[in-house]
Amino acid sequence: MKRKRQKPKTQEKQGVSRRDFLKGTGVAMSGGLLAGAHVAAAEAASGPAGVLGPGAVPITLRVNGKAHTLRIEPRLTLLDALRGHLDLTGAKKVCDRATCGACTVMIDRKVVYGCTVLAIEAEGHDVTTIEGLAPEGELTPVMAAFVRHDAQQCGFCTPGFIMACTAFLESNPNPTLEDIEKGLGGNLCRCGTYRGLREAVLDAAETMRGGKS
Amino acid sequence: MQAFEYARPKTVRSAAHLLARRWGETEILAGGTDLVSLMKDGVARPRRVVSLRDVAELRRLEFDPRMGLTMGSMVTLHELIAKPEVAEYYPAIVTAAQGVRSEQLQNMGTVGGDLLQRPRDWYYRNGYGLLAEWHGRSLIPNGENRYNAILGNSGPAYFVSPSSLAPILIALGGGVRLEGPRGYRDVPLERLYVIPKSESEREHSIRPDEVLTNVYVPSASKIAMAVYEVREKQALDWPLIAAAVALRLNDDKVEAARVILGQAAPIPWPCLEAEKALVGKKVTETVAAAAGQAAVHGARALSHNGYKIQLARVAVKRAVMAAVKGVA
Repeated sequence: MKRKRQKPKTQEKQGVSRRDFLKGTGVAMSGGLLAGAHVAAAEAASGPAGVLGPGAVPITLRVNGKAHTLRIEPRLTLLDALRGHLDLTGAKKVCDRATCGACTVMIDRKVVYGCTVLAIEAEGHDVTTIEGLAPEGELTPVMAAFVRHDAQQCGFCTPGFIMACTAFLESNPNPTLEDIEKGLGGNLCRCGTYRGLREAVLDAAETMRGGKS
Repeated sequence: MQAFEYARPKTVRSAAHLLARRWGETEILAGGTDLVSLMKDGVARPRRVVSLRDVAELRRLEFDPRMGLTMGSMVTLHELIAKPEVAEYYPAIVTAAQGVRSEQLQNMGTVGGDLLQRPRDWYYRNGYGLLAEWHGRSLIPNGENRYNAILGNSGPAYFVSPSSLAPILIALGGGVRLEGPRGYRDVPLERLYVIPKSESEREHSIRPDEVLTNVYVPSASKIAMAVYEVREKQALDWPLIAAAVALRLNDDKVEAARVILGQAAPIPWPCLEAEKALVGKKVTETVAAAAGQAAVHGARALSHNGYKIQLARVAVKRAVMAAVKGVA
């Protein structure tokens, strides 16, 4: 994980990274296409009492302890708000249908599928993303165990699995293999690295119980 | 996803007033685990979404030894599983809720949402409509129907009722309260579900401007109960077949029995023949197997789902045995 954090620096020297490039074009395009929509939004705000949208409305999201005010349409998902508006790209968009778990984030310390919560529904709650688990860059016991046991191949499911494992171990500090399989049933690894994942969770549990440093 | 208006009322009454009188114009948002995906796929295209998030009265979860269990429709599956009285007095309800094998869905998903999730049928989810009719004939009986109905499938509906909780709640004699703009009505859960006869109908008898507010389950202290699900994989997916059993035993003999199959028919399917096969008997493996055989009375295989008939026999047999052994 530490190694990964250093990578962007070298990319900055070379110029714009692939990700930054994609983000830049995305913003430019949506600005052009949606310019008219904002006008419609202001007009649409005068429906029956308490009805918002369908155009953009201001909301405040509390993410990783910080409050952010954004203007979003009610149909925007929490995942799209995090990735597209707040630049928190740790949670991944894979199935986008509440099945694979790559988008897992926490709301009030409970894991949910970010792809299937409307951003506007998360107002007034505490949202935690993978970026918020280790704000100082230190690995958490779960992250360290994932590295030790090679619990990833392509790595796309990893942030979701780390979120799910973290929440799982908070309520199951001493799990059996069967508990792990059931408790993480909401996350999929298409590379099939389940063996490493199971070992990582057992190991992290031991570390968190104080059996290992 | 089509854009929509969003409202977050604080009372059931104001929620009901925000709902349209015609299906499809407005949708109720509970946990969102089904509706948000349906909207992404364009299967649901409401012009207004009414969120129940802030309706505090829908979060009641109360148990009284005499009155039984009251569950608000916005109680999450996680809250249901974590409630000690539910585990103690209604262990099979916990088994059914745990059958939703995803912490994320247990945290997000609600009791009302589980009961009223739309069918998982591939044709419906891909925009062919609830009945998947093409030039007046359903595409399902000779199509991709491996997960479709084996009972109640004489048409025009071939999807299966997807609810995890409905079979056991029906077996326990549960009822629901529906509240509309002009008052409320109570309906036995068994009568809530109907097989739609046309594309304009839904798979239940709720009116478009009614909100399911509470589920009531009578006291079940003397009831032996169990849920047995047959599934394709351990991780998150809907079961292939689910059986819910509730038995009133007297000296080992069955005095009264309810046997309900889930994932088998367009409604949670009451197996009246299986119930008859159990009443008056002392439950043995043979009696349980006979109940399983009786449960599929009238079953009819479509082109690819004959295997589900055998799964239903076995699920009922195992649920009956689990109930008398007290393993939920």
